[in-house]
Amino acid sequence: MSEAALVGLFVATVQFATLVFLAALGELIAERAGVLNLGVEGMMAMGAVSGFMVGLETGSPWAAFFAAAAVGALVGGLHAMVSVVLGADQVVSGLALTIGGLGLAAYVGRNVVGERPETQFTDLGIAGLADIRWFGDIFFDQPPVVYLTVLLGLAVWFVLARTRLGLALRAVGESAPTTDAVGHSVMALRAGAVMVGGAFAGAAGSFLSLYMAPGWTEGMVAGRGWIAVALVIFGAWRPGRLALGALLFGFTLALQPRLQSFDIEFLGVQVNRISPALLGILPFVLTVVVLVIISWRYRHRPSPAPAALGLPYRREER
Amino acid sequence: MASSGADYAVWLRGIEKQFPGVIACAGADLRVRPGTIHALLGENGAGKTTMVNVLAGVYRPDAGEVWVNGQQHQFQSPADAIAAGVGMVYQEFRLVPTLTVAENIVLGAAPGLLRTAEIVERVAELSAAYGMAADPTRPVWQLSMGERQRVEILKSLWRNASVLVMDEPTAVLTPGEAAELGSTLRAMAEEGRSVIYISHKLDQVVAFCDEATVLRQGKTAATVDNLQDVDLTKLAEMMVGTSGGGNVDRPPPRDRGPEVLSLQNIGSLNDRGLPALIDINMTVHSGEIVGIVGVSGNGQKELAEVITGLRRPTQGRVALKEQDVTGASPGDRYRLGLAYVPEDRLGVGLAPKMSVVDNAVVRSYKSQRRGLMLVMDRCVEFCQILVERFGVRVGRLNDPIAGLSGGNLQRLLLGRELAEQPAVLVAAQPTRGLDVQGVAAIQSHLVEQRANGVGVLLISEDLDELQALSDVLLVMYEGRVVGEYPPDVTPRSILGSAMAGNPPT
Repeated sequence: MSEAALVGLFVATVQFATLVFLAALGELIAERAGVLNLGVEGMMAMGAVSGFMVGLETGSPWAAFFAAAAVGALVGGLHAMVSVVLGADQVVSGLALTIGGLGLAAYVGRNVVGERPETQFTDLGIAGLADIRWFGDIFFDQPPVVYLTVLLGLAVWFVLARTRLGLALRAVGESAPTTDAVGHSVMALRAGAVMVGGAFAGAAGSFLSLYMAPGWTEGMVAGRGWIAVALVIFGAWRPGRLALGALLFGFTLALQPRLQSFDIEFLGVQVNRISPALLGILPFVLTVVVLVIISWRYRHRPSPAPAALGLPYRREER
Repeated sequence: MASSGADYAVWLRGIEKQFPGVIACAGADLRVRPGTIHALLGENGAGKTTMVNVLAGVYRPDAGEVWVNGQQHQFQSPADAIAAGVGMVYQEFRLVPTLTVAENIVLGAAPGLLRTAEIVERVAELSAAYGMAADPTRPVWQLSMGERQRVEILKSLWRNASVLVMDEPTAVLTPGEAAELGSTLRAMAEEGRSVIYISHKLDQVVAFCDEATVLRQGKTAATVDNLQDVDLTKLAEMMVGTSGGGNVDRPPPRDRGPEVLSLQNIGSLNDRGLPALIDINMTVHSGEIVGIVGVSGNGQKELAEVITGLRRPTQGRVALKEQDVTGASPGDRYRLGLAYVPEDRLGVGLAPKMSVVDNAVVRSYKSQRRGLMLVMDRCVEFCQILVERFGVRVGRLNDPIAGLSGGNLQRLLLGRELAEQPAVLVAAQPTRGLDVQGVAAIQSHLVEQRANGVGVLLISEDLDELQALSDVLLVMYEGRVVGEYPPDVTPRSILGSAMAGNPPT
């Protein structure tokens, strides 16, 4: 393998990691507040198509990025309405969001399929650092969304661990009655968390359509939303571990399309002769393996999952 | 008597509250003077919990007025009640197990940015001021029930509550801890705070409280201005409306029958993977009641689960009727004659959203099925027999069972478990939280089973009950059996110190 190909692999790893980390960070916020949102895939698709279309219209990638976040928040708000305010089953509502979101995105974007954006995010060569051999390209010459996502990760960690709001969010994910009894609004906390989570997912979707694969095609999210959901479990609901998991999954996602060009043998198999369809399931195999490992590791301990995850709360229910 | 709420710390006036199918409060009153400890008494379903939930802003009353410290309030949420100075300590503690003591205390009343060191220090000061030891940095799941209760009280003090409501506060405490609680509450009352104390334990009510309100069927049945003037029997009468209830006559011990349950060298882990049972040996014979004494959380739950097959022991052997069942499933053990009344009635014992009939037949459909099909008529008939024989008060048999009161749930559960004449009955906290009549009914069923030759393992926190019913008492402390005592002749003080881990030698 050439040096350029190897650097390219790691550059793509960082970008894929950013993509799934941003979406998973949003899901982490919602789940820490006790709301499971299986609609990440749908929210990302809506973010991808709306970001792309706003980008076409305005020519500004930032306007597109924040519009996608707003659309994600709105779509997340729908899930909050159904599952938090009305107390419906979160799994059903989330799945509906994924199916509906994918369908709606395909409809909304039917006329822009194949168009190319005029401007997109440019890589942010950080002065002095971008020229470092290998590392410069991988860490210091990436689009601004990468760095913004890192900052968001730090911010989410700080808010959860060090602020009143974070304490309330963690508490509401563990026990809604307790949080209610001390005077926090369960509904506001949870609905807010789901909407912020939606914004993150929408923004992640636009990173896909504005930068990683500029353009819009139906099905372009391609299961990355589901990886984000799995990543939250992998990360044991903690931002730090989530980042590690994102790099691992990012590597797998980056590796998978490149494997075909690798003329190497692994376990007696010529890698570039494996069917692309089989390679395509690699991230999902990893997901299943990770889930098995996680549940095995926690078999004798309380699960790291928020205790009230998935449980709707109604104050006067007896 | 004042005609407005001005003289009272709390005045709940004419409270009405209806739930689907249940009238919880039908115009009940509660008046609490400042600086007093006020007992709120009544049977299950009398409306006590509903009243205090109205005061705490959890329920909005259908009618009636809420006055706190001379101000009329219409609480829209618990936040409003807290702001008005109401602190509530629920029976099932409202603590977040994964958060630390300090985090739990400041939750809802924290500064925007958490400076952990500063908060820890202030919490430590507060707990020192009231003589309630609690390490602010420990996560709550590591605490005993008594410590958790202290955290709950500190939570209210942190918010400077002027009214503290305590729902069944001593149910989870050792006798020593209960006495300590009494003096803490007294100290708070002397500062001018008021305490509303809900309990079934009449002797404690008389010892701790100044005045009382008795609720019956959602209405105020009596108020007592000075509890020292009233005797226990009178108080009990006010609660149930009729005299009696309480002690059960236990026929003298018969000759012990054959061994029906035995545990040898049992060891087991709890849900967190820590040792919960250490080298447990015990036997239960046909026709005896073996009482397990101990503060909850000392391995009782794991003991019941190991016996019933819900938890795998890490070592040792379980035998039922001299057959090794160590690896047998809960179903196999049931078919061998092991009945189980779990501590968590509505979670483990019964399925809350299923109907009364479904819950009655779910354990065994032997006589209610034809091939693979359930014969609904027979199911209903079976359920009806249980309902009548065990005196379960139900509405419609097809309604979800969650609507039944605690006592009726327990009657049905016990009836179901006894339907096929078991050889062994494991009963965990079978009378906890039940009203006087419910307790009497359940206790007499246990004694009746003993007379029928069933071996009963009774796990309870109620020493009166254990001493009245058991043929032998085993004290558990931190996963071990630390002592075996004859129930009638062992003084309380000896049991008390054994429960605290210091069995007298």
